[in-house]
Amino acid sequence: MDRRKSLKLIATGIIATPVVIAGCKTDDTKAKAEEPKFSLDRNPDELKYEKELLAKENFFTGHEMATITILADIIIPKDDVSGNASDAKVPEFISFIVKDMPNHEVPMRGGLRWLDMQSLKRYDKSFMDCSHDQQIELVDMIAYPDKAKPGMKQGVAFFNLMRNLTATGFYTSEIGVKDIGYTGNKPTQWNGVPDDVLQQYKVAYTEKELKECVSFEKTN
Amino acid sequence: MGEFQVKKQTKKYDAVIVGSGAGGGMAAYMLSKAGLKVCLVEAGYMYDPQKNITQLKNPWDSPRRGASTTNRPFGDFDACYGGWSLEGEPFTKEKGTDWSWWRARMLGGRTNHWGRISLRFGPKDFKRRSIDGLGDDWPIGYEDVKPYYDRVDKLIGVFGTNEGLENDPDGYFLRPPKPRLHELFIKNAAGQAGVKVIPARLSILTEKIDSTTERGACFFCGQCNRNCSVAKADFSASNVLIYPALKTNNVDIVANAMVREVLTDKEGLATGVSYINKEDMTEYQVSGRVVIVAASACESARLLLNSKSDRHPNGLANSSDVVGKYLHDSTGAALGGILPQLFDRKRYNEDGVGGMHIYSPWWLDNKKLDFPRGYHVEYWGGMSQPSYGFSWGIEELNGKYVVKGKKKEAGGYGASLKEDYRYFFGCGVGMAGRGEAVPVETNYCSIDPDMVDKFGIPVLKFNVKWSEHEIKQAKHMKDTFKEVMHNMGAIITWGGDDDASNNYGLAKPGEIIHEAGTVRMGSDPKKSALNKFSQAHDCKNLFCVDGGQFVSQADKNITWTILALSMRASEYIVEEMKKNNL
Repeated sequence: MDRRKSLKLIATGIIATPVVIAGCKTDDTKAKAEEPKFSLDRNPDELKYEKELLAKENFFTGHEMATITILADIIIPKDDVSGNASDAKVPEFISFIVKDMPNHEVPMRGGLRWLDMQSLKRYDKSFMDCSHDQQIELVDMIAYPDKAKPGMKQGVAFFNLMRNLTATGFYTSEIGVKDIGYTGNKPTQWNGVPDDVLQQYKVAYTEKELKECVSFEKTN
Repeated sequence: MGEFQVKKQTKKYDAVIVGSGAGGGMAAYMLSKAGLKVCLVEAGYMYDPQKNITQLKNPWDSPRRGASTTNRPFGDFDACYGGWSLEGEPFTKEKGTDWSWWRARMLGGRTNHWGRISLRFGPKDFKRRSIDGLGDDWPIGYEDVKPYYDRVDKLIGVFGTNEGLENDPDGYFLRPPKPRLHELFIKNAAGQAGVKVIPARLSILTEKIDSTTERGACFFCGQCNRNCSVAKADFSASNVLIYPALKTNNVDIVANAMVREVLTDKEGLATGVSYINKEDMTEYQVSGRVVIVAASACESARLLLNSKSDRHPNGLANSSDVVGKYLHDSTGAALGGILPQLFDRKRYNEDGVGGMHIYSPWWLDNKKLDFPRGYHVEYWGGMSQPSYGFSWGIEELNGKYVVKGKKKEAGGYGASLKEDYRYFFGCGVGMAGRGEAVPVETNYCSIDPDMVDKFGIPVLKFNVKWSEHEIKQAKHMKDTFKEVMHNMGAIITWGGDDDASNNYGLAKPGEIIHEAGTVRMGSDPKKSALNKFSQAHDCKNLFCVDGGQFVSQADKNITWTILALSMRASEYIVEEMKKNNL
């Protein structure tokens, strides 16, 4: 692709973006009208900080958020156990966490732009405008650190971050916690490792442990 | 509860206590129960665990999913407000030295989130100089403190087992919880390495305790760091000491009050304290028959050094010039990894108590080693509540290990990746040493002559370095941990590559948050600030009941000993008042 053409396409991308931003801004104005809610118990000065953070304008443009959403749903799609990243509001989480942790700003913004550049070179389109097959073709070039081509390493670093943020956002959501099978965070009686698991791993409690440890009537 | 609006409080208290953590909380409890009028001054926010609740929240209740913030470095759900840096309250360090300073700013201090590891010092721990010629002996021995440990066990509650160990004394223990699965593996692997493993000793009520009807039993949510709002089943100064003390109607709490100075009269006796109310930025004074400092080892030292007068030109209780010196922290080194046998494990709730169910007390004889003091080992692992950072770095795992019978390419995405996250959930394991450092005079904090905080109070300058003793101990920790990991077939994923270039991963001084030694007790007034009852040699109605008074801190977390010594000092105060000596 000749350089002039690609520059033109970038320009188109940039011009296209404000439309989406404008759409976002309407939402922002609406959000600003009402005080943001922060449900965790906080001291007065940290509550002030939290509310300011929540009210702060989004870091990402609409174009960037749309790309993040596509990538997140490629990383965590719906399967027979649970829904996809969007179902778990992962894009919203990423939007917040980048405001909260500004160290993610440059790798994310730069990575998204890097991805669009690659997409532009290959398909004459930004990543979000590519077909699903084209998106997957590009993702395949950066999703596997050990086999990615040397020229794609920056993309690998970006995709690793994207994968990490997506997974953390997903598995700390209600859908994700259920998916991963974490069953705690509720009152229970710890009676030791279940018998079938002890047998599976061929371990057992000693007489001393059974005698001295707290135990509860087994309920089946 | 009493928040003052007057500049000079006309009410004269029997005791003014600075700081509301383990030391200050216990003093407030003991003195108020004895009928004394107490004013408890706290630099941080008022806090009521019955109202200020983060326990049993889900990760999605935090927009950052439990990640840390400046004032909650242990995460959004952690109960302790404070941190490594406080806005407007700087401190400095001498070039080439290091100190990380954790400061809590809330009622109950750091007891609201600590690990509840409650270890008595043993007979040897009070007499280290007699054993290895380093540091100093305490002016008291185990036999002096034992009755108070016994009473603290019964009053507050601690689980564990009587093992008859010489330097890890028996106590009055509640039943410990059974080991988790990874803890069973650790027990076997450590045993093969000659490392003794016994049930943990944590101040968590696995059973109802006789001393109170106010507290329930643990329901195993594993969230002690959030403070047990629901059942008050773990120890925090707020839940267990201060709110019960308030019921005597003998305690007034002044929160958000940063103490500037201990006031003294012409005879050099303490008359009270002056403080700044952080809400209205106005100066206040409150007076008492005795003043008890318990603001944390370094804050207490700072307060005494800043309390200069004609009678105490070198700072209060500091004619010996030891205040601020002998500052030391626990040593710490850790590593972690994964247990392949736990891949694709069956799911069940193994939250357990908020901490380890097993631990290793120091098991070797230092006479046969190249470092003088021991360490204990703490363990963790298994299936815990996901929070920010969960499954970070899957690309380091899923290409290395066969997942469900398939060899995969590292990284990836999609349904196959979701399978990987499920496959690796709960396979983590790790361990950390917490060891005794040798306190030395040349490790100290002093007043920085050039800087004040936003309240105009001169700040601390730190000057602390580890010695070969601590570095060699860290090396021994790492060697031991590698052997234990190897024995159970674990793969080390972090902390395994440390060497001499980074002191074998030895944590920086202060990072373990066990600061002690800065207002130490001793028999000789020329070499110590306090006598054996935590009472200042130079000022008989001044006491220090936090970690400052420690001559050395053993390889035991210091809270249980702070509680015992504060109880002991409080009873001494009551007796001396009865005899009109105070």
